[in-house]
Amino acid sequence: MIPATPVPAGATPAEETPRPAGGPEAAEPLLELDGLVKHFPVGGGLFGRSRAAVRAVDGVDLAVARRECLAVVGESGSGKTTLGRCAVRLYEPTAGRVLFAGRDLAELSAGELRRERRRFQMIFQDPYGSLNPRMRVGAAVEEPLAVHRLGDRAARRRRVAELLDTVGLGPDAAGRYPHEFSGGQRQRIGIARALATGPELVVADEPVSALDVSVRAQVVNLLARLQERLGLALVFIAHDLALVEHLADRVAVMYLGRIVEEAPRDALFARPAHPYTVSLLSAVPVPEPAAGRARIELEGEPPSPVDPPPGCPFHPRCPIARPRCAEETPPLAEVAPGRRAACFYPFEMAPPAPAGSPARGTIGPEAP
Amino acid sequence: MSPPLHRPLLAVEGLRVAFPGRRAEGPREVEVVRGVSFAVERGEMVGLVGESGSGKSVTALALIRLVPAPGRIAGGRVVFDGKDLSALSERELRRVRGAGIAMVFQEPTTALNPVFTIGFQVAEAVRAHRRTSRAAARREAERLLELVAIPEPRRRLGDYPHQLSGGQRQRAMIAMALASGPRLLVADEPTTALDVTVQAQILELLARLRAELGLAVLLITHDLAVVAETCERVLVMYAGEIVERAAVGDLFARPAHPYTRALLAAVPRLGRRVPRGELPVIPGRVPDPAALPSGCPFHPRCPEVMDICPRHPPALYPVAGGTAPREARCFLHGEPLEETA
Repeated sequence: MIPATPVPAGATPAEETPRPAGGPEAAEPLLELDGLVKHFPVGGGLFGRSRAAVRAVDGVDLAVARRECLAVVGESGSGKTTLGRCAVRLYEPTAGRVLFAGRDLAELSAGELRRERRRFQMIFQDPYGSLNPRMRVGAAVEEPLAVHRLGDRAARRRRVAELLDTVGLGPDAAGRYPHEFSGGQRQRIGIARALATGPELVVADEPVSALDVSVRAQVVNLLARLQERLGLALVFIAHDLALVEHLADRVAVMYLGRIVEEAPRDALFARPAHPYTVSLLSAVPVPEPAAGRARIELEGEPPSPVDPPPGCPFHPRCPIARPRCAEETPPLAEVAPGRRAACFYPFEMAPPAPAGSPARGTIGPEAP
Repeated sequence: MSPPLHRPLLAVEGLRVAFPGRRAEGPREVEVVRGVSFAVERGEMVGLVGESGSGKSVTALALIRLVPAPGRIAGGRVVFDGKDLSALSERELRRVRGAGIAMVFQEPTTALNPVFTIGFQVAEAVRAHRRTSRAAARREAERLLELVAIPEPRRRLGDYPHQLSGGQRQRAMIAMALASGPRLLVADEPTTALDVTVQAQILELLARLRAELGLAVLLITHDLAVVAETCERVLVMYAGEIVERAAVGDLFARPAHPYTRALLAAVPRLGRRVPRGELPVIPGRVPDPAALPSGCPFHPRCPEVMDICPRHPPALYPVAGGTAPREARCFLHGEPLEETA
């Protein structure tokens, strides 16, 4: 099993030496997205050439520091999955740059890119869909090692055993097939596979959403401990805000292909700046029937990324929208030290009064 | 049961559902619902909570005898408004399915026919239960879409399912379910496929329909928080049985069954800080119904397991100190029959 690393994380991330809680300026970022755009063309239509496109990611600047856990949250259609896939080069960006350890991935030769790939890996939501059902687990975990020609056969076998142990599976798992495992165990296999090449960055796209509630915590803990132990940078793509609050150092909130807010975890949950973040937090159901929380109920649903509204993409649903919001698009600008929001009126919308519920606003550093 | 004094809208008594065993060495038949009893009162909203494999969805289907083949109802009774549904003919049952009990499922996309307009499908649902002209059915469809708060209902009548958003499709499904004027709506994970802001809207809608139409709702979900926000009473299922039942306030204030306690602790909650990577876990996994552990099926995962737990299956025992009667299937609250007798 994993050696227990008694790290009092979460409570005071700033005190631990290896975990930079600061913004991207703390050191050279490991991953940098610079004006990232990814559009998907929409069906040709009757007359062949349609100029419509799904603007899945529509201009994102974002940096991830070494050893940091950055959560990317958003609803379906926000572009968070596309962003993650561009970051590990599963998708070619339409425009903008992806820099890994300071190097623009688009400028690397095919050979160089292949060598770099072992440094960033991905964990998928559906561990079954991402494992070849006819391949034994040992071979599946070994595959990335073979692809990258890491070690000889015997060394690779040893590494596979070590990886299976790392994710909490017995060595006998290597000889079995994916269908013999439960969802939680399959996700452990997916994690072992992602870690095989010793990456520095892992992008995990909704890694526990498909799992039973009672086994989610096991996999979340595993991810958190492995990240600490291996010093990984983790981009955690999720829609579950409570899980994000538990795991992330920093949070980026996406809406319609753009980042609308980015902040250190404590600051964001204590005092969200963007009205969308405020609404999102207020929509999360809480298992406290007595809380009697007032709720900001957003009207309508996110508009289509094929035809985003003019001005601020959130303005048609925004409870505090003003005429300016329909005309100009607010840039993602600094609204407090280390915090950015794409809103002309940041911090103006207060979270609903936490009548009787645990005062969310009292946690973390004081709001700016 | 002491008859006419009190008659709940729905009474489920000792319901059992079995499927043929899949493995050669396993049993020939596997019970996935193992003697479930509960009642739903008129206008009440009850949450039925469980993980995958708990039997909650099969229970819902069994209410209206829609257990998919090769499964079968292996025992028990479902009494709706005083009528024993197991004694009804298929034709009589069809009437109950619409006008009595209506269902809404998780995935509205698969339940709506993609080649017909929303208006046509809702109007057909109206005509399936009432003799009425096409024009009147269409007017009724428009009224129903308005009732479920679909904006511009008249225009939406002509839309196809793919032209609606996920939330609007779920509203349309609810409109179809309401077309027959049911008194009980069984909603199986109605918001699981939806975004959190849209989920909040649909839950709000269910609460409003309940208030306006006096509709009883049985909400089936894996999400305890959703139940906390919408229901009065909650039933927790594990391995085919109800393991805890209580008023929502009592359950969340003091969960009585170790499974409920562990489940509530294992789910991260906004504003409740747990050191990173140290979420309380429930060890192991949900058991295979074909190979249930002996005694209490939760005992191998239970942090409070006692000597007796692997040896005897616990019954539902009354739990002290609730604002309403509550029960838990755990020896922490009662003793096995042999030893009490």
